[in-house]
Amino acid sequence: METLTKKSASAKRSSNPKPPANKRRNGIWDSIKQQKYLYLMSLPFVVWVFVFNYLPLWGWTMAFQNYKPARSFGEQEWVGFKHFVELFSDDRFYLVLRNTLAMSLMGLIVGFVVPIFFAILLNEMKGMLFKRTVQTVSYLPHFVSWVVVAGIITKMLSTDGGIVNDILMGLNLIDQPIQFMAKGNLFWYIVTASDMWKETGWNAIIYLAAITGIDQELYEASRVDGANRWRQMWHITLPGIRTTISVLFIMSIGHLISIGFEKQMLLQNSLVLDYSEVLDLYALNYGLNMGRFSYGTAIGIFNSVVSIILLFTANGLFKKFTKESIM
Amino acid sequence: MANKTFNATRGDKLFDIFNYIAMALVLVVTLYPFLNVLAISLNNSTDTVRGGIYLWPREFTLENYKTIFQYDGLLQGLQISILRTIVGTLLGLISSSMIAFTLSRPDFKLRKFVSTTLALTMYFSGGLIPVYILMRDLNLIGTFWVYVLPGMISAFNVFIIRSFIDGLPYALQESAKLDGANDFKIFYKIILPLCKPVLATIALFLAVGQWNAWFDTYLYNGSKAHLTTLQYELMKVLQSTQQGSGAGRNANDMAQQMTQISPESIKMAITIVVTVPILVVYPFLQKYFVGGMTLGAVKA
Repeated sequence: METLTKKSASAKRSSNPKPPANKRRNGIWDSIKQQKYLYLMSLPFVVWVFVFNYLPLWGWTMAFQNYKPARSFGEQEWVGFKHFVELFSDDRFYLVLRNTLAMSLMGLIVGFVVPIFFAILLNEMKGMLFKRTVQTVSYLPHFVSWVVVAGIITKMLSTDGGIVNDILMGLNLIDQPIQFMAKGNLFWYIVTASDMWKETGWNAIIYLAAITGIDQELYEASRVDGANRWRQMWHITLPGIRTTISVLFIMSIGHLISIGFEKQMLLQNSLVLDYSEVLDLYALNYGLNMGRFSYGTAIGIFNSVVSIILLFTANGLFKKFTKESIM
Repeated sequence: MANKTFNATRGDKLFDIFNYIAMALVLVVTLYPFLNVLAISLNNSTDTVRGGIYLWPREFTLENYKTIFQYDGLLQGLQISILRTIVGTLLGLISSSMIAFTLSRPDFKLRKFVSTTLALTMYFSGGLIPVYILMRDLNLIGTFWVYVLPGMISAFNVFIIRSFIDGLPYALQESAKLDGANDFKIFYKIILPLCKPVLATIALFLAVGQWNAWFDTYLYNGSKAHLTTLQYELMKVLQSTQQGSGAGRNANDMAQQMTQISPESIKMAITIVVTVPILVVYPFLQKYFVGGMTLGAVKA
């Protein structure tokens, strides 16, 4: 979603007469004096962004040191790639990487396809009141914290009184309640489904808006040509929101590996650790909680590097095949 | 839409039926968990153990709510949550709108620099540990400010406000300038009032983010009992009963008290207390945030 806004930021200053960019080549002091309020309104915040967003990058140096909190920067001991070597020779790391990639990919597919599907179906609804109701309700889980959602999911899947087990039992599909939360091999699916439940409605907003922007005459023309509703969806609606889809897809790939850890952390328990631990949690547990700052930072760097590579690859591929890109 | 009677073939009708059923299912699946939680929270807690509470409490009582509000942790968490929501939202709104205004001015000399500085933050982050170390070095750990300062400016919010301002006629600013208003005056006398819709959207985003945050409490202020938030308290209570999963490093006070007497109903009552404030607000702001989210997205 971030891209969209970024795109919008640089886009469209249509029909709106704007002042010509300052042509006079004044000295820097003149310009500062002239625009002192603009400087005052943005520079402090640039400093702020620098401190909270750019300074942590300096902390990446920790990964190449045996960082000791008590020492100053000059006194740190530099160890080169030692922590990375250690990381890559840790079996746990590959398990965690597997979990991260598995849950990211599942989240990518579901979190990408389902909202498009939902938006198209919702758009085809005729009853305005019902449509509005569904739409409003579908946003609801987005506004609730992951703490609450994790609590709800655990409740719904529980063995005593959880609706999912009750329904499965009622349908005689199972005769023993399933301990969903205790089964490691189900964890990925639970996380993906929770994410779908929480964000589908919200993610559909953009697609719905894009669909509204499609020229209605296209539909009328296709109807004259005898296209039924499925064909209209396939040949008009989907191509009509292609740009939006591409942009959002590239973005989601960029964030593939840094999917966050909130839901994993809140949904996991000691029985499913082998399936629930993701890179950020690994960094938290082995880095921060054990005081191994350098090692944890190395994990973080690995995380960032992979997401940047993925972002550029995806963007490059898209540029090549669709002539659309975000950068 | 308009394809009502035109060529309503059997296939189309079948599609409509299928679609209605699918959407009704979405409605049920989304709403049921909330209604279930509400019903359990309003049910006698010893009775709840018997199970079988779905949409309606079997033995209605407000006892659970009375119980949870007797805990200091809850009231104190509520205070901090409200405070961080208000302060965080205000600071975020002020800073984002100021930057957005300067970015919307093509004549502003630093526009490109500020814009790039901001945009880049969307593609990287320092990572958990460097950020933690930074907070420590800034002496923010163990203070209230660690909740509101780090997340104050998000590029996403700034760019949304900026594209809204871009849509306003520049002539307004020009005429104000002719009348002798300076840039700051233009900002708060003309631009800000016109930005109400987009500011409402951003305020909602910020407020939701602040209200729902729990990880910063876990990471920075878990041991400071007077600074924990409602979400964190709920997290501790919910996690404390799950087998083996330690509820943070400082699972003390409330969590422990709650586990001893913390049946389902009590947990659900806290969940409702944490959830309701947001659910009350968002339908009213819906028209704004739908507009805000799609601002730019559709134009592209």
